[in-house]
Amino acid sequence: MLGRLTLDAFKHDMIVMGGVATMILGLLSLIFVITYLKRWRWLWKEWITTVDPKKIGVMYIIVALVMLLRGGADALMMRAQQALSSGTSHGILSSDHFQQIFTAHGSMMIFFVAMGLMFGLINLIVPLQIGARDVAFPFMNATSFWLFLMGAILMNTSLVIGEFAATGWLAYPPLSGLAYSPGVGVDYWIWSLQIAGIGSLLSGVNFFTTILKLRRQGMKLMKMPLFTWSVLNAMVLVIFAFPILTATLALLTLDRTIGTHFFTATEGGNPMMYVNLIWAWGHPEVYILILPAFGIFSEVVATFSRKRLFGYTSMVFALAAITLLSFTVWLHHFFTMGAGADVNAFFGISTMIISIPTGVKVFNWLFTMYKGRIVLTTPMLWFLGFVATFTIGGVAGVLMSVPPADFQLHNSLFLVAHFHTMIIGGVVFGYFAGIAYWFPKIFGVKLNERIGRYVFWSWLIGFCTAFIPLYALGLMGATRRLDHYDASLGWQGLFIVAGVGVLIIMLGIGLQVLQFLISFMQRRWNRDRTGDPWNARTLEWATRSPVPFYNFAELTPISDRDAFWEAKQRGIDLRTPKTYTDIQLPKNTPIGFFIALLAFVIGFAIVWHIWWLAIVAFLGVIAMLIIRLSDDETEYIVPAADVRKFEAGEQPA
Amino acid sequence: MVFKDGNLAVFEPAGTIAAKERDLMVITLLLSIFVVVPVFIMTFFIVWRYRADHAEAKGREYKPDWDRQLSVEAVWWGIPCLIILILAVITWRSTHQLDPYRAIDSPKKPITIQVVALQWKWLFIYPEQNVAAVNYLQIPEDTPINFEITSDAPMNSFWIPQLGGQMYAMEGMTSQLHLMANQPGTYSGVSANLSGAGFADMKFLVRASSGQEFSNWLKTVKQTHHDLTMDEYNRLAKPSEKNAHYYYSTVKPGLYDTIVNKFMAHQDMSY
Repeated sequence: MLGRLTLDAFKHDMIVMGGVATMILGLLSLIFVITYLKRWRWLWKEWITTVDPKKIGVMYIIVALVMLLRGGADALMMRAQQALSSGTSHGILSSDHFQQIFTAHGSMMIFFVAMGLMFGLINLIVPLQIGARDVAFPFMNATSFWLFLMGAILMNTSLVIGEFAATGWLAYPPLSGLAYSPGVGVDYWIWSLQIAGIGSLLSGVNFFTTILKLRRQGMKLMKMPLFTWSVLNAMVLVIFAFPILTATLALLTLDRTIGTHFFTATEGGNPMMYVNLIWAWGHPEVYILILPAFGIFSEVVATFSRKRLFGYTSMVFALAAITLLSFTVWLHHFFTMGAGADVNAFFGISTMIISIPTGVKVFNWLFTMYKGRIVLTTPMLWFLGFVATFTIGGVAGVLMSVPPADFQLHNSLFLVAHFHTMIIGGVVFGYFAGIAYWFPKIFGVKLNERIGRYVFWSWLIGFCTAFIPLYALGLMGATRRLDHYDASLGWQGLFIVAGVGVLIIMLGIGLQVLQFLISFMQRRWNRDRTGDPWNARTLEWATRSPVPFYNFAELTPISDRDAFWEAKQRGIDLRTPKTYTDIQLPKNTPIGFFIALLAFVIGFAIVWHIWWLAIVAFLGVIAMLIIRLSDDETEYIVPAADVRKFEAGEQPA
Repeated sequence: MVFKDGNLAVFEPAGTIAAKERDLMVITLLLSIFVVVPVFIMTFFIVWRYRADHAEAKGREYKPDWDRQLSVEAVWWGIPCLIILILAVITWRSTHQLDPYRAIDSPKKPITIQVVALQWKWLFIYPEQNVAAVNYLQIPEDTPINFEITSDAPMNSFWIPQLGGQMYAMEGMTSQLHLMANQPGTYSGVSANLSGAGFADMKFLVRASSGQEFSNWLKTVKQTHHDLTMDEYNRLAKPSEKNAHYYYSTVKPGLYDTIVNKFMAHQDMSY
């Protein structure tokens, strides 16, 4: 009846129980607060059934920040373990528990923090920036978000019921195969990624279509803002790369559940095929995350230098070049697998070629500032922090792209330091710049600048303290994923410093939360009534803040790249509508939420081999789709008269 | 205090390959610095000079609509292209020169050592000398060593940082690595790829010595009278952690090939 789910699945050691207790307490207090404030109806009507990309974007970012706390707690435990477990001491965690933690940390941070922040900002800004009222497929968009959330919940469920994978975040077979990992951990890993991954693929299709089909009249491709360009490129990568992930995970599932031999060493299977496939997705994935961050920096630098972006055409071609090249480098993740010198050299050289367009982008940003008027707001600080860290991380990357050098650095803490430099210094700093930059647009309130600076400095200093020691440790021969090491190696001091660095980053995360709270409390003073607090350049600023649910009352054609800036220069008012028309918008629907909920049930049921439940839930998904597809009235009209009232700040009757 | 002798392993090579790999890293770093230093200086200079209040006060030039100039853009497409071209040539040559599958040129006759990654220990078989050791590797200095590497466990990575780069150890196949120690000493070897519960203790000791000491070591091992039979191997291959050094005076002939081929047992080889 319940497959392999027994009471044993709930037995854990003290540390896990602590985590479980924290999670359950958090959940209970959330339920209490919502009940106390009588907000359940509101939650259902305004959020759970919403198809408004702005609200979906906010939810993505909230989920991502909560997952950042979870992933950060994992990081803290890993560093605590490694700071303590020198010589005879084995620290606070068993090796199995330690391995589950770093697997969860990596999976959580990539899939639910970085991807969440990215899709959050894309949802918030892309429709506005292209001057549209909505995305191409609003219902599918909501479904994507709920699949993302359910994937995250499934991964966290493994903490309470059963165990998580102890295989590293990419779960190479044979270690992740049935022979060496018979438990439910790897299955949890597979199904949370599978569910979230399908959500990502749907989002990729959605925003690709949105950008190509829904741009404001007059916005030719070469007039699109750089953030939109970067998202378009990232979505192309999503569309090509995520099916590979889905297929690879499906094959691994078959190996684990019905006994096929795609990736086993026996019976003609081949684990090396898995490693190739997972990186054929995994490398583009890195660029999926970083390209939108590049786009954000392009907007931020131009706005705060009060100058047009330098080398627009170069920037677009650099993005396209990176997009293409990102599919030609996957093998550099395993130069040490014994491919021939020709193959290794090919992939090494194509890897270093990527640094050319990337370097061009950096120089273009610098020249955007040159002869400008630079205002050092927090988004600019994030940009400057990015330039400093990303360049250093880039050097480490070029170093490892030379195969014989990589033989000495691969799988060491040097590698770990390198990709954290790229992901924290590039992706995280980029998305934080984006949040600080666009926050007033979404909420109509500017974030507290002073605390924003504290957040930035905590992250930058914490990052350096946490990762410079890891570069050194790598050169000392420290491999990644060690739960203990010999005292004679002299690593402990550096591990302790790295641990302090993580604490400083945690301080930054705490200050970030404080910044949101204080900015909310000070909203009377921080309120932005102009809709354009930064004197910005692109269309998302050409509407009120907070943005009305229909985005723009009037869709005035545009003619320039920096459409809003040009309008301001020419004294044209893009914000006040001249004529009012009826606006057609999608109706709210709970179907996306239900589909994702059923997907969660499918995942959970397959993890525990509760086959009947998986089948029932799958039929439920089909039923939901039929209900949705039979609904002919998925849209409603906001009459012109109502739009006029909304624009005047009144509520229509 | 932090960096004791031999602790910065990757930059303190004791082998031919490791030394060349270190040199390669240094050259690559120096080349990268050609780009990085200008970026840092330019960033600082530009931000300092054109920050709004300062630039206004000093009346610095402001060109809000200046957004392209082919000549300067050509420079920063061109210079990185040039550097990458140089680096590409270096990469192509060094990747072939330092190909782990390539035998090391030396007047001395190379020694073959077969490496088997087990859960969680390393088995080293010396087929020509007909001895074997667990978690301990004795090699003569200035003699090329041809490692043949496989695994009877999840994937591992065979790495002796002071002697040279690593190579994956995988079930059902052999990968190769050629290394040579050029000074006597004791070096640490590790598995660099996660392989399950006992991974952190999957370490071994490498002793590079004179040819004389190596012969003496062989003699000592021969006197232990431990036979690595198939039964003994099957016992050894069972998961265990923190195994002490152990030596075998004889090895079942063809044991290594048996280990590699056992994954092929049920495979139809006719196609």
